[in-house]
Amino acid sequence: MATLKIPTPLRPYADGSSEVNVDGDTVGAALEALLALHPDLGKHLYNEHNQLRAFVNLFLGEDNIKDLQGLATPLTENDLLRIIPSIAGGAME
Amino acid sequence: MLEITKQLLRDIHLHSEDAYPEEGAGFLLGTETESRQVTAMFPLDNAREDEARHNRYLITPKDYLKAEVAADKLGLSLIGVFHSHPDHPNLPSEFDREWAQPFFSYIITNVDAGQAIASRSWRLLEDRSAFVEEEIIQN
Repeated sequence: MATLKIPTPLRPYADGSSEVNVDGDTVGAALEALLALHPDLGKHLYNEHNQLRAFVNLFLGEDNIKDLQGLATPLTENDLLRIIPSIAGGAME
Repeated sequence: MLEITKQLLRDIHLHSEDAYPEEGAGFLLGTETESRQVTAMFPLDNAREDEARHNRYLITPKDYLKAEVAADKLGLSLIGVFHSHPDHPNLPSEFDREWAQPFFSYIITNVDAGQAIASRSWRLLEDRSAFVEEEIIQN
């Protein structure tokens, strides 16, 4: 069972938890398991096209899963997967 | 309602003036019990490319992690983000909304001709459709 670390802004949608243990042998499967437990997280992780929002990053150890195999990146029993938002904005419309 | 000391708000203004004419940004650290209180700030470099920093800011995942570790050490939480709008009103833009996190307080400071003028704080609605202003209480 891998552990998913939840960033502060998303914790209110995960019953206040900072970490959630989930089943799943890939990153995608772990995310699905997370959403099954905490469906309110969905709208903040995925856009209306069911794609991960641009600011959602998933890090396995030091590595962004975009640099690994994306959602197909395999997970093992004791892996720690972190959800880390990119924080961005600015004045220009 | 967001409580913040005059000194911390002054520090945010100084960081915004130092960054001018680019946008400056960082995290708000604090606690939330009956009210939300900012008790520390964590200024960061704007990670956007040179030509975009006058109207865009970016905090990378690695900087996010650094701030989270710093907050943990202080027994605090990341409760928001501050950034500046150089020569632009302190209202959230559509781009601010698209990239906004739920729960966080977003302090925006307008900096006109290099001088920080005023800060306002905003929070994203649950359905992500808009920001609503929250009152800043200086103490």
